[in-house]
Amino acid sequence: MKVDLSKYEFSDHESNEVDDLTRLEKGEQESMKMAGFDVSEKNTSASFVQIDHNHAFCKSYDPGVEILPLGLALSIDEGLADLQWNLLKPDKDEFTRLAADNTHGGYVIRIKKGAKLSAPVQSCLMMHTNKVGQNVHNLIIVEEGAEAHILSGCTTTEADQSAAHIGISEFYVEKNASLTFTMVHNWGENVEVRPRSAGQVEAGGIFLSNYISLKPVRNLQMNPLITLKGAGSIARFNSVVVSTENTFMDVGNRVILDAADTRTEIISHAIAAGGHIIARGHIQANCSPAKGHLECQGLLLNNGIIQAIPELDGRAEGVELSHEAAVGKIAKEELEYLMIRGLDEEEASSAIVRGFLNIDIMGLPPELKTEIDKAVTESQKSMF
Amino acid sequence: MITLENLHVSIQGNPVLEGINLSIDDGETVILFGPNGSGKTTLLYTIMGIGNYDVTEGRILFDDEDITSLPVHKRARKGIGMSMQRPPSIHGLKTRGLVAMCAGERKIDIDTLAKKVNLETFLDRDINLGFSGGEIKRSEILQLLAQQPDLLLFDEPESGVDVENMDLIGNMIRELLEGNPEPDAEHTMNELMHERKTSGLIITHTGYILDYIAADRGHVLYDGHLCCADNPKRILDHLKKYGYKECIRCLS
Repeated sequence: MKVDLSKYEFSDHESNEVDDLTRLEKGEQESMKMAGFDVSEKNTSASFVQIDHNHAFCKSYDPGVEILPLGLALSIDEGLADLQWNLLKPDKDEFTRLAADNTHGGYVIRIKKGAKLSAPVQSCLMMHTNKVGQNVHNLIIVEEGAEAHILSGCTTTEADQSAAHIGISEFYVEKNASLTFTMVHNWGENVEVRPRSAGQVEAGGIFLSNYISLKPVRNLQMNPLITLKGAGSIARFNSVVVSTENTFMDVGNRVILDAADTRTEIISHAIAAGGHIIARGHIQANCSPAKGHLECQGLLLNNGIIQAIPELDGRAEGVELSHEAAVGKIAKEELEYLMIRGLDEEEASSAIVRGFLNIDIMGLPPELKTEIDKAVTESQKSMF
Repeated sequence: MITLENLHVSIQGNPVLEGINLSIDDGETVILFGPNGSGKTTLLYTIMGIGNYDVTEGRILFDDEDITSLPVHKRARKGIGMSMQRPPSIHGLKTRGLVAMCAGERKIDIDTLAKKVNLETFLDRDINLGFSGGEIKRSEILQLLAQQPDLLLFDEPESGVDVENMDLIGNMIRELLEGNPEPDAEHTMNELMHERKTSGLIITHTGYILDYIAADRGHVLYDGHLCCADNPKRILDHLKKYGYKECIRCLS
């Protein structure tokens, strides 16, 4: 599905910086919350907020976290230039080219060597102005032995607003470091989105990715690539997406197992409730021993469409790659099982869908989990 | 409690049950024997209202009301409960959540109930996912403990259960059927036993369950027909000795 970039305004929407998040507009605060950002910063190691074309807030509360807007970070630390456009190239497609020619900032988060953060780092990339086009470039570096959970929320201020978001992200997980990266998308039905992400994990490193998108979005396409470069490194992906009417999502994950003893697991749960989802997964194994498993569960409601495209690409003898995909409506046996306990068909369907979208495995902070639970309840209104 | 009148049931046009007449009184427990494929599960499913079965003739009365075409959940709410032999697992639906739903409006103490069937550590697991045979049976019993039906349908409560689990399962089924009556100064055991009106219909191959419960009657279902009515232990002894071949003679 094509994006007509000429419809959007990629300049002249500079926002003001605030020193206190509660000074942001109520509507902004509300949509940030729905994208998993806690304005009260109760349980936060660092916060970053970008509105339209520049950052509005950037603060670290933990000496283990360095967080800076991209422009400032590049001017202070010359070495960073080597990490920008390193895992991704500007000439990849029209979106990376646009982002390279006209970057509106983004964040650089560096978790210092050995730092083990007790609270998550949170960021919010927001589009406030109608018709705005936003190009951000984020760099995430988790240094040797460090551990962090980064929550990255993306949202528009208004649900019916028109906007385009191009987000470039490069992840560096160093030796024995661990990164949990949770991305929550809270878009609207007139928003077009093109995230472009790549990451590398060194020996003994762990990259855990959670992705949640329960709101409509006109057109979203992403297929981030993670390379397990170092021996014994691990990447795990859990995603939960709902596509309601007029929502098109082409989403996937690619992993290259490029060292011995690497492991990956990609699990996606997709509900097409009147919308269209292409669910991709690609595991390439270049070294042995290595293990990869792909799982795509798709649920069809209200004439939705799901195309699951799992790919396994083994290039060394001794690799173990597997996949499992199932697309269909709610199983009659499951419905009847709940109905014999006294639930009517709608209650039973709702309980099954709620279970299908269960995110316990992601280990999210309780505030975010509550917010997601609310969004699940809300999304069910357009399902039955 | 329940009466089946001349019940004919088909699946995709193929008759499975052909003229079943069966009545179970309040407080009565009936055992159903029969070889594989004789229609036992079909009978239970038809009473519950699940599966792809069509009632082509006859009717089902529950507490004198015709429920032949009543939706499943309404039968459940009227007091029919079932323990499935191979229930599905449901991703993300925790055992605790399902047990709570079984209780409906009623207040229950889920942890205490779970303790009774040794399933405390299963409450926060996805229902039936990776459960062993015995765990599935105990989970079905836990759900029925929360649901408190008046008519209990058990589809092979012994299948896939080891000896140790059988004791617990057998005793819990007795408790579901008979309650846990304890006579006191005001109530004699006799009175308490007569107050209970929970009935049961239990499918068994092995008859192990008969060591735990006092069943009132046994029947054999053979090729879609009920062909026997006797003391269940006597039927079991007969089946052990002669198999089902005498049923054929009986029916012909």
